[in-house]
Amino acid sequence: MKTRRVTAAIASVLALSLGAAACGGGDDNGGNGGGSGKKDAALTSIVNPSSKKGGTVTYEHSDVPDSLDPGNTYYGWVQNFSRLYARALTTFKPAAGKEGLEVVPDLAESLGTPSDDAKTWTYKLRKGLKYQDGTPITSKDVKYAILRSNFAPEALSNGPTYFKAYLEGGDKYKGPYKDKSADGLKSIETPDDNTIVFKLKQPFADFDYLATFSQTAPVPQSKDTGAKYVQNIVSSGPYQFQSYEEGRGATLVRNKNWDPKTDPIRKALPDKISVKFKVNPVTVDNDLLSDKITGDLAGTGVQPQTQPKVLQGKYASQTDSSYAGATQYIALNVNVAPFDNIHCRKAVQWGLDKQSVLDAMGGSPKGDVATTLLPPSVNGYTKFDTYATEGHKGNVAKAKEELKACGKPNGFNTILTARSDRPAEVAQATAVQASLKKIGINIEIKQFPSGKYFSNFAGVPSYVHEHKLGMLSMAWGADWPTGFGFLDQVVNGSAIKPSGGTNLSELNDPAINKALKDAIGNTDDAARTKAWGDIDKMVLDNASVVPVVYRKNLLLRSESAANVTVTQAYLGMYDYVLMSSTK
Amino acid sequence: MAAYIIRRVFGAVLLLLVVSAVTFAIFFLVPRLGGQTADQLATQYVGKDANPESIAAVKQNLGLDQPIAVQYWDYIKGLVVGAEYKFGPDATRCEAPCFGYSFKSHVEVWPQLTERIPVSFSLAVGAAVIWVISGVTIGVISALRKGRPVDRISMFIALAGVSLPIFFTGQVLNALFVYEVPIWDSIEYVPFTENPADWAWHLLLPWISLAFLFSALYARLTRAGMLETMGEDYIRTARAKGLKETTVVTKHGLRAALTPIVTIFGMDFGTLVGTAVLTETVFSLQGIGAYAVQSIKDNDLPIVMGVTLVAAFFIVFCNLIVDLVYAAIDPRVRYS
Repeated sequence: MKTRRVTAAIASVLALSLGAAACGGGDDNGGNGGGSGKKDAALTSIVNPSSKKGGTVTYEHSDVPDSLDPGNTYYGWVQNFSRLYARALTTFKPAAGKEGLEVVPDLAESLGTPSDDAKTWTYKLRKGLKYQDGTPITSKDVKYAILRSNFAPEALSNGPTYFKAYLEGGDKYKGPYKDKSADGLKSIETPDDNTIVFKLKQPFADFDYLATFSQTAPVPQSKDTGAKYVQNIVSSGPYQFQSYEEGRGATLVRNKNWDPKTDPIRKALPDKISVKFKVNPVTVDNDLLSDKITGDLAGTGVQPQTQPKVLQGKYASQTDSSYAGATQYIALNVNVAPFDNIHCRKAVQWGLDKQSVLDAMGGSPKGDVATTLLPPSVNGYTKFDTYATEGHKGNVAKAKEELKACGKPNGFNTILTARSDRPAEVAQATAVQASLKKIGINIEIKQFPSGKYFSNFAGVPSYVHEHKLGMLSMAWGADWPTGFGFLDQVVNGSAIKPSGGTNLSELNDPAINKALKDAIGNTDDAARTKAWGDIDKMVLDNASVVPVVYRKNLLLRSESAANVTVTQAYLGMYDYVLMSSTK
Repeated sequence: MAAYIIRRVFGAVLLLLVVSAVTFAIFFLVPRLGGQTADQLATQYVGKDANPESIAAVKQNLGLDQPIAVQYWDYIKGLVVGAEYKFGPDATRCEAPCFGYSFKSHVEVWPQLTERIPVSFSLAVGAAVIWVISGVTIGVISALRKGRPVDRISMFIALAGVSLPIFFTGQVLNALFVYEVPIWDSIEYVPFTENPADWAWHLLLPWISLAFLFSALYARLTRAGMLETMGEDYIRTARAKGLKETTVVTKHGLRAALTPIVTIFGMDFGTLVGTAVLTETVFSLQGIGAYAVQSIKDNDLPIVMGVTLVAAFFIVFCNLIVDLVYAAIDPRVRYS
């Protein structure tokens, strides 16, 4: 038996090395796997529910975080993971299915109280909150945490700067490392140790979502060491750092000064949580399959080599195909000819065989064909298809009509960009090239490294114009799971920047800009949510964005993982606040 | 001898300076010559939310607004006398040798390197012991049994070893002995000072994968060297004097054949400390090679500089050692 298994192992490694797609999955003897779960069970329920305390949850990650400092991160998985040691004003409910998108108070005793115009938001902190060293957590610490994370780019430049953008006087404040005045930024008031008041430049009805960012987790000013703070994070959550090794890993143990009475949302079951970074991605998958670890911290799913093994056979019941909260799309730059003409843009919309593109990217495990810019897991998503074609295979006749209207009846030449180190994106570009050739659009593919894609190439309008980059591959996930959290940075004219921009279409439509501004100022939840779908339709009517794929993660639950559920609030990965282990 | 060593050390320092200048030029100067502005360079280190203020702040704090020559001078000065940086409320002192701060994570480069050097060094040492012993032994046996089955089989294995890349042999060994027939629970680096037995046990698979490649090469080199020296006149003389065959082979034949092996070993070992990228990646070992790849991917220039200098240092240092041991091996070599 062993000989056969050894032979099978050598054969599968050989097949992988030769680039062959391994089919099947070796011998399929064994138990149910993944505890009591079935395929996709964690999308709508908590798999292996348990209330047993103890054990160690072990994670591996094939890369490193931008930072584990709650004030210096933009990564979705860090936002999710940091909730174990950093409590924000609000957070997403650790719950299964749609319930996981609900914002609930965390450090705050209730959600924010807005003024009538939604320009002033007030939060009251819970009583009895303490840091790991036993000192009390005050509203001033929350204010300081927001100031250091948004206003000190010379040291902490990784995180988003929404607070800087929306707070009154945010554009003038120099940050806590330069401005040593006692008050700091005046538009955040702390009238007492339990109250914090935010005064905004403009109405902002999504503020409770903004307050879920780990940037609102308190930092005691006396313990802040800037970029070095990551090495000595002061915990406000149920776990604290026992060790931290830059770029290599960390171990978290219980924070004895965390009081469960102040925290109705965390069960804090495991005694210990260990994390290892820079593990070979195939090793991460193998460790999950052999139950050596509890979870893959990246939360983006198994590697292409592992997919055949888990799509069928005994491991299939341990998989969850979750929406990643992101859409893969092609931005058509409205300032590069011929896409300055809406009919040429529409020709691409009608002509593209999206199904063939999805197939080239890896088929259904990679996602579903997209017809909207907003992905289905985002609040405000409305299902529609402005350019509906049979089987998403494109409509050559309609595309040619649009080409005629555009003044290019025989098609045209253009350039499509892709990130060279993202195989799926390169495959997408090649499939788009093949598909559009049928209607006479001849595409030259230009590849750029992802590390410089926005800073030097696709996100630099002057470079894009000079090199006539008409079509730009793009993938975007929401900063928070509402229409505004998704759309603002990719279709708002204000997101066009000299470099590092993410509005790759350079869409600056006054009607869309106004609709975004009006909607985010609307405190009527239902009306606001409906508006996001309407804006999505406006973008598709403008035809400057070609949605291609709603990305999915093929997640794998290890056998020993308990309390496993997918959270749509954090890009479709597992909820790390809930997860525990039977080991 | 002392004068020779001092001369070589000066030469080594000079060489490292040249390496640092070339590396600096490749990563700092060439992008500028290619039209990249300081702003574009700084944008890479700002994170996802780049805006003019954050770009300007990062540019200034990382010194990217300075002329290239000034940046290089500051770097070299930091290596010798240390430097001061401000990535927080207060300035922090980076003591010499200060390799600067990571542009991405703002951590000091030198402590990161010192934590990773033992991993790469351990990997290279263990593998080297295996490949030298096995390679030289196989080479000697093959040479003495030239044309016989043992020679043919050895050389076939050697050919396979040279031909098979680490990411193949490493993955096969990993798949077999960690997952299918789990003799090892995991492959990881345990510091030698913590537990020497665990250190060796947990590195054995990476050692074997790496040594398989090199021992094949060394077996072929030893065989060729032995075949040549065993045909020399002094070997015939030694035999004619009635010396035992083992003495002839080890003291006269192998000793002469070892000189080129030692030379190439110095080069290989020195190079390997900084460049065992594939082995470190396959076995998830956090050594200098894997760190180099990460830093290049991130365009984290101070770390690229750091790993390049460390890798270059090991190559230069090992070559110096090789030159010094020449005299012990080959009496014809004298230092003058």
